[in-house]
Amino acid sequence: MSGWSRHEGLGVALPDESIDTDQLIPARFMATPRAQGYGRFLLHDLRHDAEGRPLPDFPLNRVPDATILITGRNFGAGSSREAAVYALVDAGIRAVLAPSFGDIFAANAINNGLLPARISSGDMERLTGAMPDRLEIDLMARCVTGGGLQALFELDPVWQMKLVNGWDDIDLTGAHQDDIAAFATADRIRRPWARPAAERSLS
Amino acid sequence: MTAPRTLFDKLWDSHVVGRRDDGSCLLWIDRHFVHEGSHHAFRKLSERGIPVSEPGLTFGVADHYVPTRGRARSGGTGTAGIENPTIRGMVTTLEENTKAHGIHLFGLGDRRQGIVHVVGPEQGLTLPGLTIVCGDSHTSTHGAFGAMAFGIGATDVAHVMATQTIWKKKLKVLRIRVDGRLGPGVGAKDVALAWIARLGADGARGHVVEYAGPVVEGLTMEGRMTLCNLSIEGGARCGMVAPDAVTLDYLHDRPFAPKGDEWEVAEAAWRALASDDGAEFDREVTLDGSDIAPVVTWGTSPEDAAPIDATVPDPDRASEERAGHIRAALDYMGLAPGRPLDGIAIDQVFIGSCTNARIEDLRAAAAVLKGRRAQVPGLVSPGSSLVKAQAEAEGLDQIFRAAGLEWVESGCSMCVGMNGDIVAPGKRCASTTNRNFRGRQGPGARTHLMSPAMVAAAAIAGHLTDVRPMLEGRT
Repeated sequence: MSGWSRHEGLGVALPDESIDTDQLIPARFMATPRAQGYGRFLLHDLRHDAEGRPLPDFPLNRVPDATILITGRNFGAGSSREAAVYALVDAGIRAVLAPSFGDIFAANAINNGLLPARISSGDMERLTGAMPDRLEIDLMARCVTGGGLQALFELDPVWQMKLVNGWDDIDLTGAHQDDIAAFATADRIRRPWARPAAERSLS
Repeated sequence: MTAPRTLFDKLWDSHVVGRRDDGSCLLWIDRHFVHEGSHHAFRKLSERGIPVSEPGLTFGVADHYVPTRGRARSGGTGTAGIENPTIRGMVTTLEENTKAHGIHLFGLGDRRQGIVHVVGPEQGLTLPGLTIVCGDSHTSTHGAFGAMAFGIGATDVAHVMATQTIWKKKLKVLRIRVDGRLGPGVGAKDVALAWIARLGADGARGHVVEYAGPVVEGLTMEGRMTLCNLSIEGGARCGMVAPDAVTLDYLHDRPFAPKGDEWEVAEAAWRALASDDGAEFDREVTLDGSDIAPVVTWGTSPEDAAPIDATVPDPDRASEERAGHIRAALDYMGLAPGRPLDGIAIDQVFIGSCTNARIEDLRAAAAVLKGRRAQVPGLVSPGSSLVKAQAEAEGLDQIFRAAGLEWVESGCSMCVGMNGDIVAPGKRCASTTNRNFRGRQGPGARTHLMSPAMVAAAAIAGHLTDVRPMLEGRT
């Protein structure tokens, strides 16, 4: 995954609160292999009518080229399904700005290069009023500019570095292989009960 | 003399493999559960050509996509009888992936199959003092045993399979004390929905929740699992309860739990896990259990919950911040502001899920339904195939059937709708599950969350209603 520190793109507002994972991607699409692309599933049941026709007034349908989403609190609450992030990323979204995020969603976002930026409710409302418009995100300054506004966002410094460097955890952990082996060996003595009593149970 | 530590501190400290300068820790993972939805992570491993580092610590369970009907007819592993090719593919892919990596699978044809968060504890794979992860947000359930258990996404699932570790920054701890006593007909589900309604669906974001106080101590393991299960609906990654005699009684003689001398050593370690006197919590909230009435949800987030004797909220009387959400939720749910919750007509009921489908939940629903007839159709899917067998041995299946409800096999079923068990568009379902999100039980489905006893009461009345009068004269 490649890192990034600046992004300029079109912002779109979806001011509802608690847009949960099941809305980001309804469960029935999740058996699809990622290689087929998840962008068409993003917010599927909000973007389409019951017959599957796109709703022309839905913000993301009005601004199909948007790359920055401004939305209400508790975005991505719910399921651990990383497919919710795949749907956003495959639809071209690079950053989501909201007052709060579901914790698992935010962690999944970072693992896929998507920025979950926490902004104040006031900034959320001001930015919402100015959309759609072009916005510029500066990851190192934790700042979003555009629509005549500037807002600072909160982002865990660990996550900030992961995004900027495009770090992959499996690669990073490779440097700790010896520590892991040493822990496992010592732990078998320290906590013999912690391993499943498998041999006695699997028959 | 070391500083007093919380249960969470002790769990954290005993699993640190390494630290980074930025404050993240590499944590050892004791148990990892995978299910059909883990296909993304298996693919990530195969793309990189990495094996599973500790296959003996990873367990597969078929639950999210499994059919709940017609399983007895299909032979072998049971997958051949699944008619829908996509669903069959999901279950067989799990079989192939677990087999290829030497991971033990509780598959479709296994008598121990069930929902992962029911099977883990039932088999004694879930133990106090462990770190437990799974690609499912309701992994918080396992914290009921005094474990640190949390849901993770596919990238982290692949990382755990590859390294048996995970990178994490330490979370804060919120202690929720529940004092007093719960009244008859009030249980763990009501306690959970009550605190989520009070603090909000993101109220415990960035925290783990440690539950304490006399009400929590008085809960069975089933009740504690319900409470910890729903922690994620309040924004907490983990819920946890310190292990005590109730925990030990539950675990003794479970198939994968330690035995003999090993049990003695384990027990001593587990008894030392409880938060020390004087340990400091980042945040504390206290509820009075005596004030909690049976709770139902009226909206599209678990925080949209209220006692059954309350009314549907009026957006015009809510804060500006909240009004928009209430309006949208009531529009989706087809409810008018100000009407009583009691009396909202339902189309069907569902008793099942990792939240409320353990034996105690089925007993609670059956106690209300016994000798009565449901006014609406409904599905009862036990939390595991072993729970199903136990319920049948107790005659509970007969009570559900006599009431007119359908008794089916175990799986995630109508909680998540992946296996085809869905609520039709616009239909209203009283459900023992965990999420009332838009479309959660199927496109356009309207979900009201409540306890198994309250779902049973709704089935009998044909509308949401207070279960307590129906319990009079019954134990």
